[in-house]
Amino acid sequence: MTDQYVDILIIGAGPAGLAAAISARESGMESVLVLERESEPGGILRQCIHNGFGLHRFHEELTGPEYAQRDIDRIRELDIRVECGVTVLSLSAQRIVTCVSPVYGFRTIRAGAVVLAMGCRERPRGALCTPGTRCAGIFSAGTAQRFVNLEGWMPGKRVVILGSGDIGLIMARRMTLQGANVLACVEIMPYSSGLNRNIVQCLQDYDIPLYLSHTVTDIRGRDRLEGLTVSRVDENRNPVPGTEIDFECDTLLLSCGLIPENELSSGAGVEISGITAGPVVNNHFETSVPGIFACGNVLHVHDLVDHVSDESFKAGRAAASFVNSNNVSIGFITIKDGAGVRGTVPQKIRLDLSENTELMFRPSAVFRNATVIAEADGKVIAQKKAMIFTPGEMASITLKPKDISSVSGNSLTIRIESED
Amino acid sequence: MIHTDIVIIGAGITGTAVARALSRYNASICVVDSASDIAEGATKANSGIIHAGFDAKPGTLKARYNILGSKMYPDLCASLGVPYRMCGALVIAFSDDDITVLKELEIRGRQNGVPGLRMIRQHEILDMEPNLNPEVVAALDVPSSAIVSPYEIAFAMADDAAVNGVCFSFDQPVVSIRYTDNSWQVRTSSDTYICRSVINCAGASGALIHNMYSKNHLSMIHRRGQYYLLDRSPVQPFSRTVFQCPTKMGKGVLVSPTVHGNLIIGPNAEDISDPLDTATTAKGLSEVLSRAGLTWPEISVRSNITNFSGVRAHLETDDFVVGSVAGSPGAFEAIGIESPGLSSAPAIADDLAGMVADYLSLTKKSSIVFYSVSEKPFHQMTDAERKEAVSKNPLHGNIICRCEVVTEAEIRAAIRRPVGARTIDGIKRRTRAGMGRCQGGFCSPRVASILSEELGCSLREITKGGGSGRLLSGTVAEFLKAGESFD
Amino acid sequence: MEQIITCINCPVGCRMTVQISDNGSFLSVSGNTCPRGAKYAQQECTIPKRMITAVIPVRGSSVPLSVKTAEPVPKKLIPEIMSELAEVTVMLPVHSGDTIIPDVLDSGVDIIATRSLP
Repeated sequence: MTDQYVDILIIGAGPAGLAAAISARESGMESVLVLERESEPGGILRQCIHNGFGLHRFHEELTGPEYAQRDIDRIRELDIRVECGVTVLSLSAQRIVTCVSPVYGFRTIRAGAVVLAMGCRERPRGALCTPGTRCAGIFSAGTAQRFVNLEGWMPGKRVVILGSGDIGLIMARRMTLQGANVLACVEIMPYSSGLNRNIVQCLQDYDIPLYLSHTVTDIRGRDRLEGLTVSRVDENRNPVPGTEIDFECDTLLLSCGLIPENELSSGAGVEISGITAGPVVNNHFETSVPGIFACGNVLHVHDLVDHVSDESFKAGRAAASFVNSNNVSIGFITIKDGAGVRGTVPQKIRLDLSENTELMFRPSAVFRNATVIAEADGKVIAQKKAMIFTPGEMASITLKPKDISSVSGNSLTIRIESED
Repeated sequence: MIHTDIVIIGAGITGTAVARALSRYNASICVVDSASDIAEGATKANSGIIHAGFDAKPGTLKARYNILGSKMYPDLCASLGVPYRMCGALVIAFSDDDITVLKELEIRGRQNGVPGLRMIRQHEILDMEPNLNPEVVAALDVPSSAIVSPYEIAFAMADDAAVNGVCFSFDQPVVSIRYTDNSWQVRTSSDTYICRSVINCAGASGALIHNMYSKNHLSMIHRRGQYYLLDRSPVQPFSRTVFQCPTKMGKGVLVSPTVHGNLIIGPNAEDISDPLDTATTAKGLSEVLSRAGLTWPEISVRSNITNFSGVRAHLETDDFVVGSVAGSPGAFEAIGIESPGLSSAPAIADDLAGMVADYLSLTKKSSIVFYSVSEKPFHQMTDAERKEAVSKNPLHGNIICRCEVVTEAEIRAAIRRPVGARTIDGIKRRTRAGMGRCQGGFCSPRVASILSEELGCSLREITKGGGSGRLLSGTVAEFLKAGESFD
Repeated sequence: MEQIITCINCPVGCRMTVQISDNGSFLSVSGNTCPRGAKYAQQECTIPKRMITAVIPVRGSSVPLSVKTAEPVPKKLIPEIMSELAEVTVMLPVHSGDTIIPDVLDSGVDIIATRSLP
């Protein structure tokens, strides 16, 4: 016996969950419930106070809180119930959720369809196995961002940033503007995984040096961070002796990648991709467990929130249509990553595809003047040229229903072919 | 100036066990430690194994206390309400030479009274541990080997001692010890204790302290061991502790599940000069990895959540020193407490407490409070138990640590324990908040603010692990006013 | 005079070479692959502009207020604007979109709140 039934249950009220809720309601679902563990909706956008959000969706540059507010306003207009301070503890394949909150207590909720929108977490120091002491002053960039932008506290005065992902770059600028001294940004790869404009506007504008092909090789300080060593790395990312640079600093921020947070999904038996670390989904964003959908950073890590919203609108619609009709597919084509392509989402496409479907993926390296090719049975069924593909920017190719109907086998490969 | 009967120096596993044992007597007792919390030395950074006792040479103190201590653990842990799991262990052999060593261990183990020992062959080993190196030829099966959470035991023993009247003081490194007017004067960085008996349980600083009260100077080797700790998983690659056969090359590293479902890999052994140097090194970590590969060829540390190291106190005699100190009346010590020190601690404590009680002619208390960590962790509760817990205390409905499912009620309770948490790390070790895969990324801001509320101090005072290790530097307002560094 | 600029409009990141006259006016650009690049290069070499976002304290609130310049402002004003923000006193309540500093440093641009604090 469960305490409650809802047609659509959405886990997470970040940009993904909010968009899924809006589209589910707009698709005619009366009973939609969004559960959020934080005290307010908006997700990580609440702490992303910099601008640059919404260029695609709203054709203007908004800050994170402003972008989130537009969806929150729409949620209120549509009178969708969002419960904050509620943590989901478990999810079953039968779409029964257990959750707790200080206000509503412990509850079990059964849902017609579930949309996973839990987002992702940052890769911590442990995952990097960086040697040294375990002192105070080492933060993941997002944690530092929360301290500064939401709590009003500065983590430190002299800062080194490891990893040139966008959050690291944004925090380099934030710490500098707010009065700290950012000494360096250190990136183990020979290229930055952040957006170009962030390199220019967050590092170059403030003369913060970017050390490519370098990493932190020692951390010193008993109670609080006192200094660290940065070394150059070779092609295999091993530190090169003799290249050490010492920094005297009290703060190290880590921006070394994001990991979709799928503990709940795994508990429900949802199949997780080893590459994206998110659920394997079909073009309705439905996971391997019927009636459980996924969108946003829990599915795969995005660079732009606009894409998250776009994807989540589709997932919310698909969840609504599942509740309405249980629309069963006649079968699927499996999408495979070919040369130069990693983590294509969705991983499956309906044979009876009725509308255009965008396949998103990450280039595995930098390719110039290249073509992304969708290929089945040795035949090219779709292609798209671009001047550049980089791992820092998600790429895509759109397939039309007729492309899929032309496939005779049961798989399709996406690859990048470079002319250089 | 504080007058007390007994000062115990060191609040690790030995010091807390001695404090708990002595708290049963009518005496005033103070425990002082240089760190900001219980268990900040080797107790928080070891393998967490209760050794069955096959390893120690018969006739040594290590053997005596290991055998006695390991038998005390099941009841001790049950009474304190902390986890204990007899998961068993294998000592593995890859050659005839190794098998010879195993046979010696088996004989030694029988002499030491270790139950259930048997030699097993390859197919049975691989049935028991399918991820073990298939080149293994034989193993000593040690069903009575167990795992515990060492610092949780120390916390609970300290709490037990505290509710029975023992006083704990932190951030008090001992700077001198003098014997005058038939009493001991123990000076710390901030206080002076006048006592009749002083007990050295200072772990890696044991020799340093010893040389303050004894003319027979002692030197100690500080042996650092580094570890990997992998994420919790319902299925770990090993279900019991796997030891490598001790060889001329050294003791080898172990791979073991922990009581919380993590996997621990380590330690290496390197002699260092500074007993407080618990940094990890690239060399040490890679040594651990390559050595553990012998046990686990498919080794993967992709799910690593942290690395750490602990410093063991090694004496050249390769044995513990436990007892009174010749020429220093009223001074007692437990030094050189390296492996199997955890396994031995309760037995050492009973002996030492007995000696001190005899020396001071202490009488037993008529009533004792038995402390127990009574509440089951929310993480381990059934749905029905969770429902009840939240209805009784709504703060159980506020999950602070997502990874380890730790509630606000649990964090507040950890701060309110008899010897409560004062730091982010103290919360982590008492509740597991921040111990999971995000390593406090999400919960540390919330833990810090709960700490500041409970302790009635500013967020600025909150430290990660005590000392000068403040988490935050200042407010946004202060930085904006002071900082022009963007120019 | 020549200046090298990396275009930030898209991931291609064209390396553009801009010719500037002695009096600082824009002459020509090469190396761009689209018109947007040329426009960016011209702006960047004459009066580079940036949006500024920041958090500032609010009296009576432990939560800081996030603010932004309503329009991009000349990049060279950034330090002075941050100094202005250090001095401003904000009282509760604040609504997203409220003007915090009108016409900051006579730039013609307002500093506005990007969140509400009740």
